[in-house]
Amino acid sequence: MLKKLLAGYRAAPNSFDELLDASKQPREHWRAMLASLAKESPQTMRQRLEAVESQIRENGVTYNVYADTKGMQRPWDLNVLPLILPHDEWTGIEAAVVQRATLLNRILGDVYGEQSMLREGLLPPALIHGHAGFLRPAHGIKHEGNVALHFYAVDLARAPNGQWWVVADRTQAPSGAGYALENRAVIARTFPDQLRDLKVQDLAGFFSRMRDSLAHWGRQCAANGGVPLRGSESPLIVLLTPGPYNETYYEQAYLARYLGLPLVEGSDLTVRGGIVWLKTLSGLQRVHVIMRRVDDDFCDPLELRTESALGVAGLTEAVRLGNVLIANSLGSNLLESGALLGFLPALCKRLLGEPLKMPSVATWWCGEPAALEQVLANLDQLVIKSSFPQLRQVSLFGQDLSGEARSALIARMRANPRNYVAQELVRLSQSPVWKASAPTGLNACAVGLRVYACATPGGYVVMPGGLTRVATGPDSRVIAMQRGGSSKDTWVQARAQAGTHRPHSRTTTSKDLIRDDTHLSSRMAENLFWLGRNTERCDNIARLMRITLHVLFNVSPQERGTEWATVKALCAWFQLIETPDKEALQRQSQVSGQSQGQTQSSPAVVGWSDTRIEAALLLAVVSPDVPGLASQQQQLYSTASQLRERLSADNWRALNRMLQRSAKSKAQQTPAEAMSALDEAAASLMTLSGFALDGMTRDLGWSFLSIGRRLERLQFQTLVLQRALAMEADGGLDWLLELSDSIVTYRSRYRAQSEWLPVLDLLLLDSSNPRSVLFQMAGILKSLDKLALSYGSCGETLLLPLKNALLALDPDEDLYCANPALISLLQRINHASVELSQLISARFFSYTASDDQAKGAA
Amino acid sequence: MSNLPLANSAPVRYRVIHETHYVYQFPVTLSQQYLHLTPRSFEYQQTESQAIRIDPQQEHFLDARDYFGNHTRNITITESHKELLVHAESTVLLSPRPGLGQIKGSMPWEALVQMLQQIRSPATLEAVRYLYDSPHIQCGSELAGYARDSYSPGRPHLDAALDLTQRIFDDFEFDETATEISTPLAEVLKGRRGVCQDFAQLMIGCLRSLGLSARYVSGYILTHPPAGQPRMIGADASHAWVSVFCPQLGWVDFDPTNRCLVQSEHITLGWGRDFSDVTPLRGVVLGGGEQELQVRVTVIPCAEELAGTTSLAHSSAG
Repeated sequence: MLKKLLAGYRAAPNSFDELLDASKQPREHWRAMLASLAKESPQTMRQRLEAVESQIRENGVTYNVYADTKGMQRPWDLNVLPLILPHDEWTGIEAAVVQRATLLNRILGDVYGEQSMLREGLLPPALIHGHAGFLRPAHGIKHEGNVALHFYAVDLARAPNGQWWVVADRTQAPSGAGYALENRAVIARTFPDQLRDLKVQDLAGFFSRMRDSLAHWGRQCAANGGVPLRGSESPLIVLLTPGPYNETYYEQAYLARYLGLPLVEGSDLTVRGGIVWLKTLSGLQRVHVIMRRVDDDFCDPLELRTESALGVAGLTEAVRLGNVLIANSLGSNLLESGALLGFLPALCKRLLGEPLKMPSVATWWCGEPAALEQVLANLDQLVIKSSFPQLRQVSLFGQDLSGEARSALIARMRANPRNYVAQELVRLSQSPVWKASAPTGLNACAVGLRVYACATPGGYVVMPGGLTRVATGPDSRVIAMQRGGSSKDTWVQARAQAGTHRPHSRTTTSKDLIRDDTHLSSRMAENLFWLGRNTERCDNIARLMRITLHVLFNVSPQERGTEWATVKALCAWFQLIETPDKEALQRQSQVSGQSQGQTQSSPAVVGWSDTRIEAALLLAVVSPDVPGLASQQQQLYSTASQLRERLSADNWRALNRMLQRSAKSKAQQTPAEAMSALDEAAASLMTLSGFALDGMTRDLGWSFLSIGRRLERLQFQTLVLQRALAMEADGGLDWLLELSDSIVTYRSRYRAQSEWLPVLDLLLLDSSNPRSVLFQMAGILKSLDKLALSYGSCGETLLLPLKNALLALDPDEDLYCANPALISLLQRINHASVELSQLISARFFSYTASDDQAKGAA
Repeated sequence: MSNLPLANSAPVRYRVIHETHYVYQFPVTLSQQYLHLTPRSFEYQQTESQAIRIDPQQEHFLDARDYFGNHTRNITITESHKELLVHAESTVLLSPRPGLGQIKGSMPWEALVQMLQQIRSPATLEAVRYLYDSPHIQCGSELAGYARDSYSPGRPHLDAALDLTQRIFDDFEFDETATEISTPLAEVLKGRRGVCQDFAQLMIGCLRSLGLSARYVSGYILTHPPAGQPRMIGADASHAWVSVFCPQLGWVDFDPTNRCLVQSEHITLGWGRDFSDVTPLRGVVLGGGEQELQVRVTVIPCAEELAGTTSLAHSSAG
């Protein structure tokens, strides 16, 4: 079996092979894994591959690709087989990474401090003063504990002789650690036994140490600001993201959720009096630590890059005052320059008094005339990169260039030699991968390893694992997720005699318990409100479409009652069966302005033929370009994307599953397919509501979600009931019960044909029916009460008198078709709900209205 | 060079008023401004008094020095406002600078290029801060080519700088409509039009493209009213020129907009690599909508003030 497994595995002659040794025998640390793989049937293996893929898909692990205009999000690619590193080998890597992080931190401190390295001639001035990433406003900033590099990643490659080399340093805001966590979570389900048997080290400890260290320095910042934290208070640490369009947004949301940090955008923060504050519903909360994923110069539009919309004006000043810790420190991007690599051995001797433990891949900075000539003479063996990451140039392989392209590059290099570095080609090691396309055996692919370290008050600590990247793009010389690379989990083995016991330290006492989300930002509250509204809106649209299609397919035109006209008119109201004109589209987008057009009739639609209506509805199921199910689902998804770190994994999975199903069916649908798509959508939305009901804590965020949902439903129900009451008295009422998801209740109670009095009672006044108007009003009032405890009253006076009017109705006297007083009451409730929505927006989310930051220079 | 002004021998005192007035379409609820409005003191200039008044009043301010040693002030205004007035007023005393006679006989420019590459003295370490590309100045062969007509082999570098100053004045036309803050140097070089800021940055680009250090100086210049007429208050403007590194004399300033070696009519606010390092006022406001900006600068020789030849009605501007 083992033979069969390895039959197709070709170790490249001039590369190191992670699996096989020189005599083509499996290496010691791979034997157990291979043995268990060999025992498995192809079916089991295929199931494993599928399980990995479906977990990635359902968890919605994505990587945004800038160049990819069609479907910007690409699913994360994870190969099922890990990279395994034995303990002894890892010890060497770990020591080298600790040393390198320590060295780079010292360099950073010097460049932004005394600059003694320039005086001593250890670094050419051009590398600093000519570096596009040297952030002058960050010069002179004092760093807590002399740490400027809090979180560090390094890209490693293994040479043919087995030695590890450094290819690049990531010092600004290293990405990928969250993906490494996610990879482990997925693979741990696939190979739980092997993970245990091989004594693979756990990753969680690394992240808690990182968090604790940031908190430690955050405390000092609090003291600097003159308001030290009391013993039991924890500093507020936030994760600053550039937003959902960033390539690694998924990872940022994942990390924020994993570390329990608020994920904030620049506009969620403000600087007042040299202190950074988070805008929350309960007012401004002081921020002590910002873990950032925003680039250096984008962090502050006031002192750094003026046109940045991602940063926080005044942040540099707050950092300078020592009132906030920013990790990594401003200006740390400087060290990502490949031009530094050649100077590190001498700097290491000088600054740390010891030789550099792990070499960098041979790199020449063309700013030195001798180096330039040598580089040009050996262009074929080299890859030419930009010295400064800010210049955003693509790496070029000398051997790929001929003729004009080659002379153009040489001319550019001669004109601005400082901007170029040349690096020796790296011959990457190979590691086994198992692909779904070749399920019977293993293949060899080139791999590179990204290792992470974090600063702690006691020095650097390395994550026992990493992100292994696999070159699956067309060019195996380049490993870049942007170019479609794949990844692997990285297994670092513990010492052979180590037990599997994981120490569980307890640091929380009852004093630390937090029972409410005091850090709920205004933006988050707004997003939750809209998540509630959009989920409900999606559900309403799905139900309306389902009812209409049901009539079309199952009831012949002669048998349709007078209610058919009302159903069609409702479809027209929601623009499902009308080519939307511009004005109508505007009305749709003014989400809260629904009441304005209520009296409008759509005579044109009434005369539409069945075929025309059917075609329009079938289109509305699948096309995101017209109002309908698909476009509502997209809206819902985009709102949910803003809330990733608040939604549980299960919640997100349910949402993703629904969208993936609808994405699969882009083509023209048959009536049966459309009906089943609508059924599935309704079921999925039910699941989502279930999560909201059962899975979320009843905190303030939940109140906003709940108000959003109830308001949307209240608007819909009052609209539909008004239309229904205006029907001919002999119109059927089953559609109304279906639309309100109350038909089962009705049938079980009355076991009879639907009639006005019981139907209206059920849909208006029955406080136990979660679809009734009274139920929505009571629910909203209850949530408003809860908000009032924290923020004072807001808008309940709009609803209270109407609720009383509703309660005062006499079923015998008032609940009949076409009752003008009833129609008018419903209209007033509808108007009040629109007004309440506006009131809540103005009161709690209003900062977005004035969010247009303007910048000026004079 | 006969038409370049000759050296002044006595110190001169000036009063400078720099007013910036924003009018916004909608109320501004939060305004954060980063100011470079305090003249720095150095070898040829003493700042004797300085005050910045903000209307509406700032809630918070912080004074500091930037990387280049310039004075900065961060202000935050939290009071809602539709107009913002920043009134900066200073008195400075200028001492005589080296004149045309003294800048003769400087070292050959190629030797200076070598020196900047190889010597690590405090002065050269300071000079190399201004040797490379900066946000608004990208070096290139076109700029070097233009410069080479002045920098002929072996020519003393300050002679060449004076010649370059003159050529830029002759070859380029002052045109306020031709460029904006963001107009790239290559375009200025091609269009041969611009304002003081463009000419200064162009000259700096020329020098750096050859391997010479040059910095951007932000400040004010004394203007001369037509004979017999009083000085107009607020009619002056911010100005910019070039400072060239010289190992013997320190930094020597040239003004390509006025074709002159800087003497005692240029008041320095601060210096940096280019405009972006020393923008007098830059800010971020919340709200505001459209905005209108008016800048009024007045430079008054104090001797003139004593003599009463200037109408001191500048309070009308505030």
